[in-house]
Amino acid sequence: MPSSDYDPACLPDLLPLYYRRLFPFSQYYRWLSYGGVQKNYFQNREFSFTLKDDIYVRYQSFSTQSELEKEMQKMNPYKIDVGAVYSHRPSQHNTVKSGTFQALEKELVFDIDMTDYDDVRSCCSAADICSKCWTLMTIAIRILDRALRDDFGFQHRLWVYSGRRGVHCWVCDEAARKLSVAARSAVTEYLSLVKGGDETVKKVVLTEPIHPFISNSLDVVKEYFSRYALQDQDLMGNKESVDKVLALVPEDILFLQEFEKEKKPEKRWKLIMTEAKRKQGTTKKGQYFEKEIMLQYCYPRLDANVSKGVNHLLKSPFSVHPKTGRISVPIDVSELDKFDPFSVPTISLICEELDRPRPSEEKETSEDAKEKEDEKDAAEKRKIRDYKRTSLAKYIKCFDQFLDGMARSWKGELLRKSDLQKEF
Amino acid sequence: MQFSSRRKKTGTSLQSELYGQHLQFYGQPPLENISLSEFETFAVERLKLLKTVESLGVSYVKLTDQYKSKLEKELKALNFPYSEFEKRRKDHISHFILRLAYCQTEDLRRWFIQQEVDLFRFRFGDLDPKQQLEFLHKNNLHYVTISSEEKMELKDQLINSSFGISGITVKEHEFYKVPFQDALDLVRSRKVYLKQGYAYIPHQDIVTIVLNDFRTRLSKALALTARSLPAVHSDERLQPLLNHLSHAYVGQDYSIQKNVGKISLDQIDSLSGKSFPLCMRQLHQALRENHHLRHGGRMQYGLFLKGIGLSLEQALQFWKSEFIRGKVDADKFDKAYAYSIRHMFGKEGKRTDYTPYSCMKVILSNPPSQGDHHGCPFRHSDPELLKQKLQVYKVSPSGINQILELVKGMHYQLACQKYFELTHNVSEDAAFSLNHPNQYFVESQKLLGGGKDVKREQETPQRLQENSAPRGPTAAQEVAANSSQHVAEMTEDLDSFFQDA
Repeated sequence: MPSSDYDPACLPDLLPLYYRRLFPFSQYYRWLSYGGVQKNYFQNREFSFTLKDDIYVRYQSFSTQSELEKEMQKMNPYKIDVGAVYSHRPSQHNTVKSGTFQALEKELVFDIDMTDYDDVRSCCSAADICSKCWTLMTIAIRILDRALRDDFGFQHRLWVYSGRRGVHCWVCDEAARKLSVAARSAVTEYLSLVKGGDETVKKVVLTEPIHPFISNSLDVVKEYFSRYALQDQDLMGNKESVDKVLALVPEDILFLQEFEKEKKPEKRWKLIMTEAKRKQGTTKKGQYFEKEIMLQYCYPRLDANVSKGVNHLLKSPFSVHPKTGRISVPIDVSELDKFDPFSVPTISLICEELDRPRPSEEKETSEDAKEKEDEKDAAEKRKIRDYKRTSLAKYIKCFDQFLDGMARSWKGELLRKSDLQKEF
Repeated sequence: MQFSSRRKKTGTSLQSELYGQHLQFYGQPPLENISLSEFETFAVERLKLLKTVESLGVSYVKLTDQYKSKLEKELKALNFPYSEFEKRRKDHISHFILRLAYCQTEDLRRWFIQQEVDLFRFRFGDLDPKQQLEFLHKNNLHYVTISSEEKMELKDQLINSSFGISGITVKEHEFYKVPFQDALDLVRSRKVYLKQGYAYIPHQDIVTIVLNDFRTRLSKALALTARSLPAVHSDERLQPLLNHLSHAYVGQDYSIQKNVGKISLDQIDSLSGKSFPLCMRQLHQALRENHHLRHGGRMQYGLFLKGIGLSLEQALQFWKSEFIRGKVDADKFDKAYAYSIRHMFGKEGKRTDYTPYSCMKVILSNPPSQGDHHGCPFRHSDPELLKQKLQVYKVSPSGINQILELVKGMHYQLACQKYFELTHNVSEDAAFSLNHPNQYFVESQKLLGGGKDVKREQETPQRLQENSAPRGPTAAQEVAANSSQHVAEMTEDLDSFFQDA
């Protein structure tokens, strides 16, 4: 789907339209109030806005969904960040006795940015991305999502496209929101395999025994390695990248001659694998180098600082990226391989779509009718009809499904709480 | 606790039960009366013990034989062997006294908790497995064990998750299922199997869990203690001693600038080669080459420069002149970077005067990633690159090998100390116990500057030995009425003990 040409200069005109008619406020509020299980959860949440001319305001908080809507429609923020749930309303933090205003809870979040892979991708660098290197994000999501679910038992994970060059994950389970700084740091460490900066050549070192987490992650990498690394990134093709790979191979591996003679990438990689297998049978040192290479080129690179702090602010889902115009939309993990960041709608596209009548509008009347029964608010109905006419629809649907999944756990919680009260 | 002169109650039945075991979680405070002098003696001796735990922890890998035998020796020397009733009582009381002194600030708490945890780890490890289990049960730590069926089902994963676990171990030993939040140390280092939010821990690793538990309880207790502090401080007999105890520990954190303005900007290049530790030399070089440093590097290097005596004006000039050579123009510098430099000096925002990073902090927190130059080269650099760098800095091949051996053994600060010795041409004995980059600088300047201060350094280690047992009891014989003079003497004693150059 082509995105209407986006021009950052149009933002001042597009944002008011977006916030008045398209931003999914009721779903957003539904998310952040978490079923009303905890009092004042929404009211004590910090938001930060970046306004026109780079003016940044922190400690924004709102008492109701309607207040949130009005403020956002008034301020038309260029960027929206979501922070922690505090002990008091963030907008009143100055009136609170020093030391008592504290961040209490927040989702466990992860930020994966394509620039952190610059040393291992040859197609793009810095803020650029393309379909070839996007596979890195696919791999990252598959690996991390599995670990968060199977190893840590987290059920409610929301993956979001950042709008330009990466993805974010919001883990919304109650247990996740209550994690301490030390716990977040431990989870992040557990999930980190690629370590070191410019000064480090070999960024992944594996020792015996290979932890099940690493084996599971490797299984994912292997699924994509041939197409991504050998074909798209041409790892074994041009001299520069070959040299980089060979720098990661132990010195005592003697296969260079054969390697030079072999020109086919797949066969070259096979040579490396064979050598690795042979070494694994013999000595104990440096025996996993073929795994280490695959991980160094493909394993997710996390920005640890984002995940460790309880009070860290992260870009909000459904926020606009001012440089690309793209909306930060949820990613449907069940259709992960089909996700294309270049077909994510821009704010200009969806605003334009608002004005166009859509042919499928007729087909939706039966659904609309049912919603007319359920929705009491006329404005709500209009809002739903609005976004359904745009490319934003499927992403909001994805978000709804995510919220439905969480709602089942809230119901249980509320019942439990009311039971406790009845016992008195 | 009530304080009066020279009355001692005999142990109640609760106490004798409490002191029936070697080790305790310090859950209950002591209920008896003790004399003021015993109060002071106990506190000082425990502090010496914890200080020893700290310095041993830096010089040796924890729980190696060397570490253990040295700590054992110190425990005896300071009168803390825990096999007798009296000594366990001393352990109990002294711990609680130090809580009063160390609960007041984040830094003090962190230090106290770290040393108490290390001490506990040593003492718990010394118990035999039966005693360990007994301790766990007595303290209501009933961790859930998993069934044999589950063990067999997960056998391969369990074997691959922990070092030293074989099929036989799985069959014959207990495995505990614990929420991962209670096993953070094992999770962090990926030394345990995780499934659906639970960590499956072999019995041999249960120590880590217990330590975590100990740490958490102590942390909460200190927070509570801090709230009741005003009441304690109102007791005039205690306040001076408690104050002095908490000031004595830290050694130097280089937060108070001593030589402001004594360093000029044009000296920095040559100083970086002569007196900077490798981490700062690396940062300085990267800054000169790239005319830029990322945030982590600016913080680590900027605070170090503050610690060696750069004033705010000098710092601003230094960073600006370098950044301008790069892609940043003067306006952008003032807009984007000047604020954070002023922040470092405590002139913005919270106005906290940030302290230069210690080695512990550099090694353990904020590891560098792509494009960064901060961190500890001995910890974070590829050994090959480290070797090349040392060659460029003209370190001898045998010296480089010694350094690399230490790095392999994860003794990063010792490696840096070795680098100091090699670049300053001194032998091992003259070196100090390195734990702060600014300390490295100060020591280097002393060596290169003059011999005067070196003599003082050699004096203090001897006094350490003299000061341990004898002075305590003799001081205790002073009359309580002369308490202020007495406290002054005690504090002098503490001062000289803690004088790390």
